[in-house]
Parts: sequence; C-alpha cells; structure tokens
Amino acid sequence: MTPMDGLIIAVPRGALFSDTLDLLDRLGRDTSEVRANDRKLLFTDIGVITMRPSDVPTYVEAGAADLGITGKDVLLEQAGPNAGRAARALYELYDLDYGRCEMVLATVAGDPDPAAEALRRLGVVRVATKYPRIAAAHLEGSGRQAEIVEVKGSVELAPLAGLAEAIVDLTATGTTLRENNLVIREHIATATARLIANPVAHKVKAKAIDELLEVLRAEL
Amino acid sequence: MSAAPEPILPIPSGTRDVLPDETRELREITESLRAVFEGHGYGEIYTPALEYEAVLGRAGDHAARPAYRLFDEAGQVLVLRADMTVPIARVASTRYAQAEPPLRFCYFAHCYRGVRPQRGQTRELLQAGIELIGAPAPQGTAEALTVLCHALSGCGLEGFRVGLGDASLYAALLSGLGVGNEDGARLLERLVHRDFVGLAEDVGALALSGADAEVLLSVPQVRGGPDVLDDLPGPVREAAAGLHSVHALLDPEVADRLIFDFGLVASFGYYTGAVFEVYDPALGAPLGGGGRYDELLGRFGRPLPAVGFALGVDRLHLALAGEERARAQAAAGGGGAR
Repeated sequence: MTPMDGLIIAVPRGALFSDTLDLLDRLGRDTSEVRANDRKLLFTDIGVITMRPSDVPTYVEAGAADLGITGKDVLLEQAGPNAGRAARALYELYDLDYGRCEMVLATVAGDPDPAAEALRRLGVVRVATKYPRIAAAHLEGSGRQAEIVEVKGSVELAPLAGLAEAIVDLTATGTTLRENNLVIREHIATATARLIANPVAHKVKAKAIDELLEVLRAEL
Repeated sequence: MSAAPEPILPIPSGTRDVLPDETRELREITESLRAVFEGHGYGEIYTPALEYEAVLGRAGDHAARPAYRLFDEAGQVLVLRADMTVPIARVASTRYAQAEPPLRFCYFAHCYRGVRPQRGQTRELLQAGIELIGAPAPQGTAEALTVLCHALSGCGLEGFRVGLGDASLYAALLSGLGVGNEDGARLLERLVHRDFVGLAEDVGALALSGADAEVLLSVPQVRGGPDVLDDLPGPVREAAAGLHSVHALLDPEVADRLIFDFGLVASFGYYTGAVFEVYDPALGAPLGGGGRYDELLGRFGRPLPAVGFALGVDRLHLALAGEERARAQAAAGGGGAR
C-alpha cells in the first residue's frame, strides 16, 4: 500500500524531523504513526521512510525515494568541489525555509584571533569540522592554507583541547559556541531545509510532484 | 575463525569483470537491440577504442571530454573514446566522404569516462546506439525516436518513457528576454545542476519584470504530455513548434511514450536541437539519451545534419531486472512499497 499520489518521501530524523512531520501533516499525510514509533523506519502506508539527514540524498539519488527533505548544509557538503566528485544527480526543487542555520567559522574568543595568528606565524590553520568539503572550499576560496581535521562528534571541543585553531560548524542560536567561549569570525552560508527529487521520478511522476509543490507553495 | 583472506588482484575503480551468467543476459539484450537496429537499416560498425586526441578534439570543448590519455611510441597523444558519436562523425566524414546521405550506423562499444562510479554507472561503459547522418529535423528526429522505442520494446522493457526537449530552448528564452550572456550562462549552469532554488535566487537578482522572471522560472519546470506545447510564452514558441512537428510524425505507440520536457538541457554542448533522455520507473537514473547534432559533422569536413542516441546496456539490464522484480511482487499479492 502506498499513498494516493504514489510518492515515497525520505524524511530526516534529527533537527528537521518535527518541522518536517508538521509539513507532511499539512500536505495530507497522517504522520501520527511516525511520531509514535521511534524505532520503526519504514512507513509504507503514508509513503515515508526515515533516516539520518546525510543519507537522504543517497536514497533519493538512487531512486529508493522519489522525494526527500534535507538541509542545504548536507547538499553543499555532498556537492563540494573537492575530492574530485561530480555533484549528485538530484533536483533541488524548493526552499522550505525552516531549520534555518548558519554555517560559520569560529575560534576561541579574544584578540588576536588564534586562526589569523596561526596563519601569520605558521602559514597554515588547522580547522576541525564535520563538513570537510565546505570548510576546505571556503578556506581555499579565500586564499588561505588550511589543514582540515575531520571529527564526528562535538566540534567545539577541538579548539579548547588544542586539536585545531578554528572550527567550521552549523549553528542555529550560537548558544553552544558561546558556552564554549567561541566566537563567530566568518559566515559561510545560510542553510535551510530543501525539497529534493530523483531525476527520473521528477519526469515520470511529474503530475504528482507538481501537485505536491502547488500545495506546498500555498502552505508556506 | 576463517583464515585471513587471500590478497586480491585489483582492477581499476569504475571497471568490472562480467562473468558468464550475466554475460548471457547482456547478450540477450544486445541481440534484441541489434535485430531492431539492423531491421531499420542501421549497419553495425566498430571503431578503435583509442584515437588521436587531436582528431577527436575537433568536436570542440563541449563534447564528452576524454578522461584517459596516453602516448604512443611516436609521442602522439592518444585518448580512450568517451562516446561513439564523435568517432562515427569521423568515419562518416572520411570513409563515406562521397556517399549519398542519409547514412545509418549502429554500434555496441565500450566508452570511457571519468565519472563517480555508482549503480549502473561505470568508467568503462558498454553503450548501444545509432547515428542517423544526413536526415534533418523533424523527419530524422522522428525516425531516431521510433528506432529508440522499438529497440527498448524489443528487449522487453515495458514502462519506459522518453523525455524530449530542445537544447536551444532556454537559450532562446534568455536572449528573447534580453538577459546578457554572462547572466544567462549562470542560469544555464543552475539548470545543468538541476538547482531550481538557486535558479530562483539568480533570476530574482536580475532586473526583470515579475512576469518575465516567472517565465524564466516556470518554463524549465514544464514537463508532460503534448498539451504542454500549447500556450507558451513567445520566445519559446519556435522551439516548441519544432517539437510539435516531430510529435506529428510519430506513430501513437511512440508518441505515447514521450514526456515533453522544457527543462531538459543538453548533456553535451554539440547538441543543437531536439534532445532526449530515456527513463524507466524501475531505475533511479536515465538509461541513456541522445539528440540532434547538426553542426558536429561540419567540424570533421562534411557538414550534414545528424541525430542519434546511446543506451547504457548495464542500466538497461538493471531496469529490466527491476521491472521483472516488480512484476513478481505484484503477482505475489502486491506486497512491497512500489
């Protein structure tokens, strides 16, 4: 059983989860079962599969889902110009405008800025991040030499423990940065939730996708 | 505990070995395609996988760029071909320099690209296709689309659709609305990357009336049946008229497969008019594509209009297997998500 329009949507668990479920409710998909089930991942009756945000483009590109919702940060990181990879074959259809965050470069508060100081004296700045390609592109694009240190967990720890002079990370309110005595030195990009589509589904299920987009435009 | 694995003998990333069971299935597909191509009068040819860079390079910067280069014993730069369209343009201009057009060729050949290896997309890919040289639009385009649909039906594919657009359409729209070359190139780049959010941002930054901006945003999102060809803004009417005349020449069984798509942009810069892409709901990526390349042959010294398409045989195989699985699921009681 699939929903009336036959569209399968990849939904990100995590920060965008509850806003995304609210949106799906407004689009006429009853998400109460998703809300009640923390462990279940696949909800075929309403055409929803849930996953971590960074997996959404993978499922959509392969056609395992027709549509997906994920952050622009994820799309930027996976389409980054480094590592010699082509951009993902996906349509970016719509800016859903929720989950607004800033991708920033931050360092320990105080003057001089430890990142600028490292560049001046050592010629290279160490940058800890979960977004190695965005960080590398940003520093390279501004003509600075950087050693990108990829970490998987709390990035704020890196400059405090002496692993790196700077971090590139996503922040919504800046609270975590402030609590760790870090200040934003540069804005890199603004990220919001985006609706993406598989390139084949975008053609062969054009009518269903356009109808959904129309409702979406009216709702937002 | 099993013993430590034997050291493996690797092959390059993006290549693979094809073993007998799979080869038999691929052979069945290529035999079906070959029968259809030959039945429509397309003679099969082989060309060398290696060519001189200077010769293939005549196709210009926008052709599929060769990803692998090497030197021969005389120090000449050789490339592994990235498609068969350019080598066949060379063959038509040399071996058939005096022949009366139209010329019809088909091929089954490995091509080499520096892609990111993923499902059904390898760096060494087996392509099956045709080139129809010396047949202008719309008749030539209609013939190529007909052979394409017969070939796919012939190997048993059921749900396929063919997206049909026009490579010159968006460019005509941009110049018709007075968008400069630099701005226009940026918008086209957004379309190539399928980024409608970025397109909206860039269009919003231009000094255009609300109605013109809306046209630039909405036209590339138009896709559907022949009814989308009606009621279009002025600058794209000419390109749409070309698509209309192709549509009018097609048998219903072919015409019903078409999805007119104004957002379809050329994957290679040598496409000049109609472009097409082949989809099947059982696979998340296109099976192949093609289009008109009316100016390519001239670069090799024999100016003739031409059209052709290429199918990825591995992807076609994946789509056939996907359809087979879907049929088995449906027969077993409609289980599964799709």
